[in-house]
Amino acid sequence: MSAATTSVPADARPLGRPLTANRLPKWAPAAVAAGSIALGCGIGAVGGLESKLQWGLISAILFVVISYVLSAQVEGRRQAKDRLATSVVWVAFILAVIPLLALTFYTVQQGAKVVDGNFLSHSMRGVRASGPGGGIYHALIGTLQQVLLASLMAAPIGLLTAVYLVEYGRGKLAKAVTFFVDVMTGVPSIVAGLFILSVWNLALGFNYSGFSGSLALAILMLPVVVRSTEEMLKLVPNELREASYALGVPKWKTILRIVIPTAIGGITTGVMLAVARITGETAPVMLLVFGADYINNNPFDGPQQSLPMYIWMQYSQVNNQYGYARAWGAALVLIAFVMGLNLIARGIARWRSPKAGH
Amino acid sequence: MTSNTPAAPPGGERRRRDSRVGDKIFMNLSRGSGILLLVVMAAIAGFLTWRSGIALSKNEGNFFTTFEWTPDAPKPVFGIAVLVFGTIVSATIAMVIAVPVAIGIALFISHYAPRRIAQPFAYLVDLLAAVPSIIYGLWGALFLVPHLEGLTSWMDDYLGWTYIFDQSRATTPRNLFTVGILLAIMVLPIITAVSREIFRQVPRMHEEAALALGATRWEMIRTAVLPFGRPGIISASMLGLGRALGETIAVAIVLSSSSVLSLHVLDPGGGTFAQNIALKFSEAQPFGRDALMASGLVLFVITLLVNGAARLIVARRKEYSGANA
Repeated sequence: MSAATTSVPADARPLGRPLTANRLPKWAPAAVAAGSIALGCGIGAVGGLESKLQWGLISAILFVVISYVLSAQVEGRRQAKDRLATSVVWVAFILAVIPLLALTFYTVQQGAKVVDGNFLSHSMRGVRASGPGGGIYHALIGTLQQVLLASLMAAPIGLLTAVYLVEYGRGKLAKAVTFFVDVMTGVPSIVAGLFILSVWNLALGFNYSGFSGSLALAILMLPVVVRSTEEMLKLVPNELREASYALGVPKWKTILRIVIPTAIGGITTGVMLAVARITGETAPVMLLVFGADYINNNPFDGPQQSLPMYIWMQYSQVNNQYGYARAWGAALVLIAFVMGLNLIARGIARWRSPKAGH
Repeated sequence: MTSNTPAAPPGGERRRRDSRVGDKIFMNLSRGSGILLLVVMAAIAGFLTWRSGIALSKNEGNFFTTFEWTPDAPKPVFGIAVLVFGTIVSATIAMVIAVPVAIGIALFISHYAPRRIAQPFAYLVDLLAAVPSIIYGLWGALFLVPHLEGLTSWMDDYLGWTYIFDQSRATTPRNLFTVGILLAIMVLPIITAVSREIFRQVPRMHEEAALALGATRWEMIRTAVLPFGRPGIISASMLGLGRALGETIAVAIVLSSSSVLSLHVLDPGGGTFAQNIALKFSEAQPFGRDALMASGLVLFVITLLVNGAARLIVARRKEYSGANA
């Protein structure tokens, strides 16, 4: 199919021309990619550019340009545009995936040096912060308790709100709730923290505690739960509801016994994803939990610690190699926890996905 | 009701009354939850306005044009000029980078990638959307900032004439530009995930019709996929923008802030709303906290407008659903 030498002009009308004519060979993109990477590295090395990011950028630009020109010469403008779009999409993908993967690998690499049994089972009490040692036990306890409390508040309310929207909601109230669920999804976490601070701590006079942190986390979790549960309840086919009504089952029992069990897999997934999201929230915790360096098993009284806040404190307050090391260790534990929740949640979603009615 | 069914056994009647009570309780519970959600939203606005009022009444400077943030000084002066500027600049940089790339990735996953690798990659992107922002911040400060040094000095050398990319002195790039890049990386997975779902919903018939008319793959995407997906792309971008505007901790870690308003995005300095709250909070006196709440209120209103606008612009398609089929 090496048709570069054909006499037909590249932009000629395709009538009377074999469909397969004037195509670049299949290996062309790979060859162009290899060539432009080599050229990009060459330019980078000769030009004395230090940052490897620039090498990558130059190679990417070269790849896009070369494949466009080549294709325009051989295949015609329309095909060239198509190739341009293809290569731009590929380059966008690669450029984006690299930092995201770099982040994960860097975290694992740095964190793995620190995390061991001692790190997981000790707090920072009595540890000189500027020196080595210490651990994240108190932060683990705090995070687990705060997230659990937040979920206990947000999950039932969110579930009931979704039931209202799907099963009962008609009229203005339902429209307002739908709109504000969407808007609430965008409330910045620090604003949620400020709100709880003004209500719980300033107006009602409570002190710093894990619980006030979990109140803010519940606000952040609520709209996520409502949204995902709503989507799942909508997937439950109407035939199931109608069959239940036809048997004389009241509406509330239909919802509890038929609708929710059918969608329970998706609902669980949604709740777990919401939990994973709030586990990593730093800002509200920073305002409300205060960050203790000792173990506090009571979330209702006194400062606690949480993993994201621990990382923040180790980075910004300790701010030396030992602090960084502990921050990476906590980051690895946090990322493992969040990713684990995600994987389990998606596993459940696949295992018990609602069967859409036909 | 009972008069229509005289033959019903007495047990059935009791059951029916129970069911009516149960229905009422359950409906009120679920409606109550919906109302509670509205109450919370109203309370957020209400309480923040209350505390802001206290702060603003004692502010000696103009809240909108003052650069400094010294609410706890004997003569309290604080203003959001720098914060508005920094928030808008960093979010703009983030969106300029993130939206095209995210659309590219979404197209890659939905239309370009071989099916065998599309699914795992979609999965991967979803997982990365879950990475906590504190970890992005830590990575940004300890990995990205050192690695961007070459790029920023290069931009200073060759693009310095644009004024925007002029660096007054060579420093570590803890500036709004780096923050913008970091925010772009952070919102990328969210925008990608949402637009990918939209691209998947494009009617197969439209795509096949375009291809059958002789369109190349790109022409098919331009004529069938993108027009269909436009509302989705807008709402995905707005979602990402909301994230970028409200991002706190990653910005607080990476940016070396100051109360300077400068168009040189490669110079350290400036600040954003959320970052300012996070940094100033720990040393703030009670009055300083009220001042921070005033800035929080502005942030809340901005994100409210962005998200509300997204919903109103996007006339939401009545999606297929079992419940109202």
